[in-house]
Order: sequence, then structure tokens, then C-alpha cells
Amino acid sequence: MSKTLFDKVWDSHVIRKINDGPDVLFIDRHLIHEVTSPVAFLGLKSRNNSVLFPEKTFATADHNTPTINQHLPVEDPLSANQLKALEQNAAEWGITHWGLGHQKNGIVHVVGPENGITLPGATIVCGDSHTSTHGAFGAVAFGIGTSEVEMVLSSQCIMQPKPKKMRINVNGKLGFGVTPKDVALFMISKLSASGATGYFVEYAGDVFKNMSMEGRMTVCNLSIEMGARGGIIAPDEKTFDYIKGRLFTPKEEAWDKAMDYWKTLKTDADAVFDEEINFIAIDIEPMITYGTNPGMGTGISNYIPKAESVEGGVASYKKSLEYMGFHEGDKMIGKKVDFVFLGSCTNGRIEDFRAFASIVKGRKKADNITAWLVPGSHDVEAKIKEEGLLDIINAAGFELREPGCSACLAMNDDKVPAGKLAVSTSNRNFEGRQGPGSRTLLASPLVAAATAVTGVLTDPRTLL
Amino acid sequence: MAYDKFEILESTAVPLPVENVDTDQIIPARFLKATERVGFGDNLFRDWRYNPDNTPKVEFVLNNPVYKGKILVGGKNFGSGSSREHAVWAIYDYGFRCVVSSFFADIFRGNCLNIGVLPVQVSAEFLDKIFAAIKANPDTEIEINLPNQTITLLESGDQESFDINSYKKENMLNGYDDIDYLTKMKSEIQEFASARPF
Repeated sequence: MSKTLFDKVWDSHVIRKINDGPDVLFIDRHLIHEVTSPVAFLGLKSRNNSVLFPEKTFATADHNTPTINQHLPVEDPLSANQLKALEQNAAEWGITHWGLGHQKNGIVHVVGPENGITLPGATIVCGDSHTSTHGAFGAVAFGIGTSEVEMVLSSQCIMQPKPKKMRINVNGKLGFGVTPKDVALFMISKLSASGATGYFVEYAGDVFKNMSMEGRMTVCNLSIEMGARGGIIAPDEKTFDYIKGRLFTPKEEAWDKAMDYWKTLKTDADAVFDEEINFIAIDIEPMITYGTNPGMGTGISNYIPKAESVEGGVASYKKSLEYMGFHEGDKMIGKKVDFVFLGSCTNGRIEDFRAFASIVKGRKKADNITAWLVPGSHDVEAKIKEEGLLDIINAAGFELREPGCSACLAMNDDKVPAGKLAVSTSNRNFEGRQGPGSRTLLASPLVAAATAVTGVLTDPRTLL
Repeated sequence: MAYDKFEILESTAVPLPVENVDTDQIIPARFLKATERVGFGDNLFRDWRYNPDNTPKVEFVLNNPVYKGKILVGGKNFGSGSSREHAVWAIYDYGFRCVVSSFFADIFRGNCLNIGVLPVQVSAEFLDKIFAAIKANPDTEIEINLPNQTITLLESGDQESFDINSYKKENMLNGYDDIDYLTKMKSEIQEFASARPF
């Protein structure tokens, strides 16, 4: 029977199917961090269970870590306590742990791919919804809750019903200044923040074929923002080139054997999806959000839509604009911005820093802007230096911070103050996401850079 | 037994007629720093419930003594965003045992079922009926009947049935969880793992 790529990977990991119930799904790779794992380890102990396959779990500290002075003790006692718990739990069970200060430390969804933990055809889970990122490699990857983290620790399995399947095709060539982030925000704006709930999404078509691995990661990362469990892109030569030779990638004979399998990982020509959606690349322009969920986005040169013209409840829409301090019909370009954040598991990779640098090169940071530039990992940080991007960034009046999730969810000190407006390359514009009372506009690294040098929301195409 | 058994719940309900309630609103990230599952109810809907100086926002429903009960009724796409199970811990710790909405985010729904909070998905029309009934009378009693898979407004008799797969239903009725199930599969899992290529 014809199968989709998602079917092939999911089905090959099902150990048992329960009638009118979930599948018992085997997990190849489990990523953990300090925030969603401590209670899972407590549960494990209270049931007298042990970690079944410690070599299949990988720990990194990222969510609450500071992005300056990482060599000093963490000041916040609660954060320090969580980091210590992760370190102790990893040590106790023999789990690889890349804590603060470790050369391999960084955001879980950045270091996984960088180190070959992420592989095509694998099932990958983490107590973090942006685990969907790893789908860029043809893996079935998704976020889980802490109860499920405990399940994976004790049994290397979770129990979930198989999601429905959706394919989104974007064909044609992307316009000038349009990035993978814009493609994702465009799709979310069309489907809404809940439009893909219940589905696993395969991205197909010219646009994704031509996209770099970093770009594919950005797109898959944001799958959850339209409600999808995850996103997946068929692996190709670009994928294999990216993973070859990395720390945990299979080597020699094992590589050849894996390649034979990985090359079969594509949707059969006559496979059927529960839902199929088509977009055309040329319809996408640099995107900006204006509300308090990622579905409230539009082309940067547009005006904020009228409540009556959008799907969903008018009251919730108006409440959202009220929080943002915006009005229906407002023009987005030219809005005064206070903060710019470049980073996160969505846009904290080398390509994002290249894009940012391409605009700030030879320009100066606007005086009214506070900018946080946070690489996704030490590897990204090293590349920024190697490629001379740091010099460009510094010359323009910006500083580079140390890796971590940072202002994406503001669990550390990188908080946008109440009422302030931030242009952020992260993934969520929820109320207070970047700090209590903060207001967030989600955008690409190019939009972030253009805004950082002008001080107002700016179409990057005017500066490229 | 992993959590409380759930059979029939009769309670008043707390209405929150807002769409896209994300888990950052249910429990903001800065309250995720505990290493034990205690005290999350105090920070449930923290920024909607309290001013920055920690005084209660009187207009928010949890601060209105008129509304109480073990059932939380939310708008469409409830629990979107972050996978943090802390959101459900906060809901449970506050005293809710059931969340009703016309649409749930996937991960949130799964997290609810994993700790014994019943997510009840109703039609948009029935959700409107619930909100209207509570508005007219905050003491409206609602019955959630898991064995029959029905939700009933006891005053009017309005009723709708809801879906839950029979595996999860058995779990909820008996207070079992997935870990209980998986623990019994250990040798089968080990055998499967030994055949994996990587």
C-alpha cells in the first residue's frame, strides 16, 4: 500500500497498536532540558523505575540560562537549582549532559542537529513543543509533556494515537527579501494558530527543496504554531551532506546501511493525505505579526485587518489588538520599536546571523533600540566569529551574547519590560511571552536587522 | 494508581470565554522553575489574575467569588502553544478536574489525560449554551458523566456526548496511566530496540 513519508517513519516505530486507543511508539532519540525533566526523574524514582536506555537520551541546559557571564555562578537560585537537578539526574543515570559552559551547550533544537543526534527516519521527542524542528531531516519529531518524558526515560516509548496527515505544497521561487521564516509565518496566517491541530504536516514543493537545512529547520520549528504535532521534509542530498561526519551520526558501514534506508524516505507518488494545501511562492512577502498569536500575521506592507474580515471570534480579536495597543487598519511599517531579539530555536542559527549581518553591515544600531543577539549554540557562536560576522555586528554597535533560549520565553534576565514593543525572530507573540506586559512582533532576521538600524518597523527590501 | 479515578462529576463551572488561551497564559514561563510538582495552582493564569504589584485583578473570573467549581470552560483552541505540562498541573492544583472547550490543542489534551484531568470537547453551539447558562445563573450545575460520555446542563437538561478513546476512558475510570501500561511491556520493548538500526 502507498505510504506517506510520515507513515513510513511512524509505522516502523509502532510496537503495539491498541484497539480504539493509542499506538505504543518506540522513540529513537530523547532530548531533555532543565525545565520539563526534573519532575519526570522524580516520578521515575517514586515508582522505582530506572532509565531503560540512557544512551538514547541527551541533556542540555538552555531555557533558563543567562546569556552573559556564563562562567559565573547562576544568580537566580531557582534557575541554579533546576540546572543542578539536570546535572545530577544526568550523572546518576549515565545520560550525556551538556551543561552551562560545556562547549556543546546550546538550545536543544540547535545542538541536536549539529551533533548528529537528529537523523532521518528517527522518532525524536523532547519536553518542548518546538521539537518539531527536527522534522527538517525527515524525522518524526514532536513535543511531549513531562509525564511522557518519564515514559521515555523508563520505557523508551510513548503512547499516542497516530495523527492525521496534511501536505502543504509551496511551489515557485521566493521573492527578494523573503526568508524561510516568512514562508512559515505566511502559512500560519493562512491556516490560523489552530488550523493544523490533529495533523502532522509534510512540507513539499520547490520552495522547501531549494531551502537550506537551516531554513527547513525554521519552517518545521514553527509547525506547532499552527497547531500541528510536527512537520516533516523528505531527506535529500542536502540533508545527508549536513549530517555526515557529525558526532553521533553513524559512521562507515553503519552509515552506508543507514543511507540505504534513508533514501527510501519519501512519500509514494500515489499516497493520500487527509488534507492537501497549495500555496504559490510569489504570494509571500516579508511577514510581520500584529496580534497575540502567531496566526495573526500579514505581509509587512499591509494594514492590520478589520475584525470582521478575519475568521474566529471578534471579541478575542479585539482583546488581542487592545493588548498590543494597535487598531484595526493601522499601518505596520513605521511603528516605533524598543527591542530587537535575534535568536531562539527558530532563528538562532548561522544563516540567521548572516542575514542579520548583511543588513547591519556599514550601518549603525538605532539609539532607541535595545538589541539582544543570542546564538543558538557555541558552535553557532564560533562560526559567527570565524566568518567575520562578529566584526560586522560589533562595528554596527551590536554585541553578541552567549547561547540559550533567552528572550524567546524570558525565563532568564532577558525580559522585555511591560509595554515595550519588540521585534523578535522567535516563535511566539503571546501576551507576556517575552516578559510580563511585553508586546512582540514576530519576524525574520532580515526584518529584525532592518528595524534595529532604523528604530522603526522596516521593510528589509528597502535596505538590501 | 497514578491519579484520582474519574467517573461522574457534578459541579458548577468557571467560564473563560476567550479563544486561543495558550499555556503561557495558563502558567507563565517564569513560574516553571520548580523541581517538584507543587504549588502551581497559585500561579494559574497569573498575569490575568494579578496586577504587577500582586493585587488581584477584580474583573478576572477567578477573582469573582460568584464563579467556582471543578469545571473550567474555555473558548476555542484551548491550551495552545508550549508543551509545558505545568499548565495542566496548575489547573489541577487549583482544583479543576475537567476542562470543557470546543477545541483543544493536541499536546495540552494529551497532558490532561496523562494526569487525570478530563478534556471534554463539545460543539461550538453547545459551548455557547454553557456560557449562556452560566451567565444567566452562575450556580448552574453541570454533570460530566464519563461512563456514558455525556455532558449535561442539569437545569435545562441540555446534553451532548463527547469522544474519548476506550483505552484512555478505562485509564481515567480506574486511575491508571500509560507508565503502568508500558512497564508491563519491557521485554517486548527491549527486543524491538535491539533491532533498531540506530
